[in-house]
Formats: sequence, structure tokens, C-alpha cells
Amino acid sequence: MNPVHYLYAAYVATWPIHGAYLTILWRKYSRIRREMAKLKRS
Amino acid sequence: MKRGFSILAVVTALLLSFALYEALIGAPTERTMGDVQRIFYYHVPSAWTAFLLFLINFVASVVYLVRRSAEADIVALVSAEVGVVFCTVVLITGPIWARPVWGIWWTWDIRLTLTLVLWLIYVSYLVLRRFSTSSQTSLLAAVLAVFGALDVPLVYFSIWFFRTQHPSPVMGDGGSLDPRMLHVLLINWAAFLCLAWLVCWTRYRLEVLKREVEEAQAMESLLEPTR
Repeated sequence: MNPVHYLYAAYVATWPIHGAYLTILWRKYSRIRREMAKLKRS
Repeated sequence: MKRGFSILAVVTALLLSFALYEALIGAPTERTMGDVQRIFYYHVPSAWTAFLLFLINFVASVVYLVRRSAEADIVALVSAEVGVVFCTVVLITGPIWARPVWGIWWTWDIRLTLTLVLWLIYVSYLVLRRFSTSSQTSLLAAVLAVFGALDVPLVYFSIWFFRTQHPSPVMGDGGSLDPRMLHVLLINWAAFLCLAWLVCWTRYRLEVLKREVEEAQAMESLLEPTR
């Protein structure tokens, strides 16, 4: 494999890791908002 | 607060774009490794950011052990979580660089092994915090963090103290990094620090909100039988 492909692979691999963590945070935020809404209703 | 967050988000986006341009195009090409050396501009700043976050986790854990402060507990949790994300980037980009340069993805070299151990320590810290139902979870996690932090200087100084396959230090004593490469490295580190700060800020606010909701739920369940 051309060494440049490894360079692109490293740069491309970095962002899904950060993206996955941000997605987890977003899902956590959505769950908390749902629970807050439930608390407000009760 | 919201304005400060938006400003930081914009600055981070601009800095990350500029840092990416500098790493891929602006920085000079290394003579022996060629373009694959440019992985260094993501690998090293991610490692430094992870070390800094683990250091913050250590300080916050000590503060928690001394004062039992909820804020310190949240800072410890947040810094460990974001530190693990950056350490994961280090463990992924390292082997991708090693394959074309060393001819292997991984070797049980002291620095690589200690970095993997560091990652495992903080993953176990997060697993403990996530699944422990004990009222002493924060205390146990703080103690684990204090011992876990001992691995950070071991990882950092291992290339000075041991003969390793990992490249020698490029800065400080014996370092011979081209000033233009150093400039790009520092720009990338600044960009990753801004990103880490932004994510930690978000995570901190989220944890505060989560604890408020849990407290409200606990109050509600206490009041329920009297209704």
C-alpha cells in the first residue's frame, strides 16, 4: 500500500473517534432532557 | 456563558481547519519517512492532550479525597473520559504510522505497552464509575486515579530511560525537530487543546444537569408515598 494511504487513514480514523464520543454525549443530553420533561409533568 | 461557548466553538473549528491545512500541506516533508511522518501532527498533540487531561484527573482526584468536593469529582470524571478519547486516538494513529515505517502494526515496546496500560487503567476507572452501585464509588475512583496517574510520567519519560523502538524525543534535550515542523506541531496542539476544552465544558455541564435530575428524582420518590 502507498504510504500516503496510511497518512490519510490516520487522519480519517481520528475524527470518527471524536465523533462517536460526541454522539454519546448528544444521546446522554437527549435522555436527560426527556427525564427533565417527565419530572416537570409529574 | 453561552456566548463564551459559541466563541470557543468557532475558534476551535477555525484552528482545527488551519492546523489540518498546516499538517498536510504547510509542514515540510520529512526526508526519510516522507509524507507518512505527517501522522505525527495528530499523534503527538493527542498524546500530550491525553497526558494533560490525566494530570487534571489526578489533581481533581486528590482535591476530592481531601475536600469531598462534588465539583472536583465531576472534573475528575470529565477529564478521564475526554483523556481516554484522546488516548484512543494515540493508540490508533500510532500503529497506522508504524506499519509503513517499522513494517509492523504493533510491538511490545516499553512505551507502547505502557501507553496501552495507561488506556486500560482509565477505561477501568470509567467502567468502575459507570457500573458501581456503591455510595463510595467516587472515593474508590479517586484512589484508582491517584495510582493510575503514576503511569503518565512512566509513559512520558520511558523514551529517555529505556532503549525503545519508539522514536527519540523530538523536543528538549537531544531533540532536533525542524522549527517549521515544531510550529505546525504547536498549532495542532493548540487546536486539540481547544477541542478538549470545548468537549470538557460540554461534558461538565451535562454531568451537573444529570446530577440535578437524579436529585430531583430522588426527592420525588421520597415525596411519592405521602401523596
